[in-house]
Amino acid sequence: MKGLSGSRCCFYMGFLVGTLSLYFLRQVWFEMSMKPDVLGEGQDSSVAALSKKRQASDSNNWRMEGATLINLNHPHHIGEDSSVADELYRKVRILCWVMTGPSNLQTKARHVKATWSRHCNVVVFMSSIDDPDFPTVGLGTGEGRDQLYWKTIRAFHYALEHHGNDADWFLKADDDTFVVVDNLRWVLSNHTPEEPLYFGKRFKPYAKQGYMSGGAGYVLSKEALRRFVEGFKTKVCTHTTSVEDLALGQCLEKMGVLAMDSRDTLQRETFHPFVPEHHLTGKFSKSFWYWSYCYYPIVEGPRCCSDLAVSFHYVDAELMYTLEYWTYHLRAYGYRYRYRPPLSQGLVERQAQTERPTVGTAGRGRTPAGITVGGDGDQSKAESGAKPLSDKGGKETLGKIPIDNNRTAVTQERQG
Amino acid sequence: MLSEGSSFMKGMALGGIFCLLLSLLGSFTPGMQSSPEDQHQHHHHHIKAPTNDELQSLSEPQMVELSQKVRVYCVIMVQPKVLVYWATAKDTWGKHCDQAVFYSSESAKALEAVDLNEQDEWAKLHKALTHAYDNSGDLRWFFVARPTTFAIIENLKYLVLAKDPNEPFYIGHTVKSGELEYVEYESGIVLSYEALRRLVNVFKDAEKCPERGRSLWKLSEEKQLAICLKYTGVFAENGEDTQGKGLFNSKSVGSLIEDGMSKNSLDVVEGCCSDLAITFSGMSPNQMQVMMFGVYRLRPYGHNFHDSLIFLPPEGSDND
Repeated sequence: MKGLSGSRCCFYMGFLVGTLSLYFLRQVWFEMSMKPDVLGEGQDSSVAALSKKRQASDSNNWRMEGATLINLNHPHHIGEDSSVADELYRKVRILCWVMTGPSNLQTKARHVKATWSRHCNVVVFMSSIDDPDFPTVGLGTGEGRDQLYWKTIRAFHYALEHHGNDADWFLKADDDTFVVVDNLRWVLSNHTPEEPLYFGKRFKPYAKQGYMSGGAGYVLSKEALRRFVEGFKTKVCTHTTSVEDLALGQCLEKMGVLAMDSRDTLQRETFHPFVPEHHLTGKFSKSFWYWSYCYYPIVEGPRCCSDLAVSFHYVDAELMYTLEYWTYHLRAYGYRYRYRPPLSQGLVERQAQTERPTVGTAGRGRTPAGITVGGDGDQSKAESGAKPLSDKGGKETLGKIPIDNNRTAVTQERQG
Repeated sequence: MLSEGSSFMKGMALGGIFCLLLSLLGSFTPGMQSSPEDQHQHHHHHIKAPTNDELQSLSEPQMVELSQKVRVYCVIMVQPKVLVYWATAKDTWGKHCDQAVFYSSESAKALEAVDLNEQDEWAKLHKALTHAYDNSGDLRWFFVARPTTFAIIENLKYLVLAKDPNEPFYIGHTVKSGELEYVEYESGIVLSYEALRRLVNVFKDAEKCPERGRSLWKLSEEKQLAICLKYTGVFAENGEDTQGKGLFNSKSVGSLIEDGMSKNSLDVVEGCCSDLAITFSGMSPNQMQVMMFGVYRLRPYGHNFHDSLIFLPPEGSDND
């Protein structure tokens, strides 16, 4: 009796065990068949191998001269025609110096190095201490907010002394500023570095002509930089306060350097003291200091910011890469931008492209436009009164457009 | 002792066979007659965007014809309780669809949408797609998404530019679950006219494609869609760019960048996502407004692309 029920019991147990074990086996088999390919990167997980790879890729981009990084190639993209950008790269040479410190190198400055600074002609990371590996220049100051103006003074002196001939314009940025250097070249392209000028996000208080926000980044022409250094030599300028951007602005004003309007041809700001989300979607409370500081009227919503934005501030590491992706990588195929500003004086335009079909978009059942004559060709027609000039290269120059300092040139906002 | 041992073994053997039988019954393998025109579909599960060479090899009239055919009807499934997503989709990426129609589970004040009067997810999709098919006019491509997804319709048009919508296409980010390969809902679903026509047809067959999921085998609507389409000979295909990078993303740009950073990859931006990505998901309404700026406006001066088509910006809009 006992033996019979025992074997029954064993049978049921066996049945259960068999079912369960095969079920799990099947699951495992499916997992394995669905396993994604192991990427090559996963194998080089050792830190040493990774940093070696980084150094290898860096040496393709930069030549190190002491603590300065001289750009070897203007970064290019597959499938793009960057002839205009390349020409600006040659004609509007920019030295970017980034205000940083030893404790920020791996958390902030490193991401600047990996993203936007690669588009500068020359890059220098300014710190209180020398670091030959990163590399950074040691300015011999301390760290902290009260040292900011000292660092700025010494950084600009360093830049002029070591690289006065390597660049025409000198940009100061923080390690949490993101700069679209190609757009900065566009802003500067109609001005000459022999004039004493400086550009940035203009604030109005405390200085007659206003001064430029430090966090949003500002740029000095070579002449402006000469005058700044001269000012300290002649003691016209001294270390007045640690509020670096204001102090610099006041010194430049004394030395006859002009604070310029960096807005685009539609009066939209290019230098921004906050992140894109804040400017595009945020509402600044009326009691916020910003309202009383801005030299030009604040615009909230999409018109806050130029398509050709130059800078944003308070950008954390993740946003740095995101902005680099949005600026240089992500695009809508074939999209014709609403804002297509004229080329600057003296730049050449290649022959207009051949005809391409144009598609109208967007709801209300609009029928698509048929073929329209060539995309880029439209631009030259739009500049009424443009006279074609030929230049030495024999290529056609886009007509000379009169642009005064306030950039009230012919605008390009055409309808859909 | 011995009898118990052998009973145990017999039990195990029977248990294993039982389990295998169950699994065979469980996974649907619909009887397929592979008709000649469908045969190639069984083997191609990736759809790649056209290369520059491919596009340049097309003649002028061919290009015009293609550009006129590639028009998209967007099916956007909204829920009244998250009204702000409806408003955002309408104000951002929805403007770039040739026709954007919102489908809601129930009506609500201020919500301009087709009221499906339905709570079940699959039934909603079922009804919405039927409605879309009946109202498509001369639009030949259908994009199905939730309003939490952000889509760049121009890049979708580029992907399907050289594809004939009279062929069945079911494209997105494909996921394999057992034997079934389906398109992930979160990153957007693309259907050609022919695929939708076949789907609407198989809807009539309640056996193969029930309007309401059988309660015992409740499948997600994305899987249900794949199964119904599979009955008609339409298989899921993964949308990729010319380099093989996926174009449909179920995460936001920030999230993908974060992944790249934590993996310590050499080039975080390069490894993130495609330049001509079509969808991202998981963004707040404000972040979607910022995406409009990032996609349609922000760019470096002097870098031009000589694309084979030009898409004009939509009328009456200022954020793109």
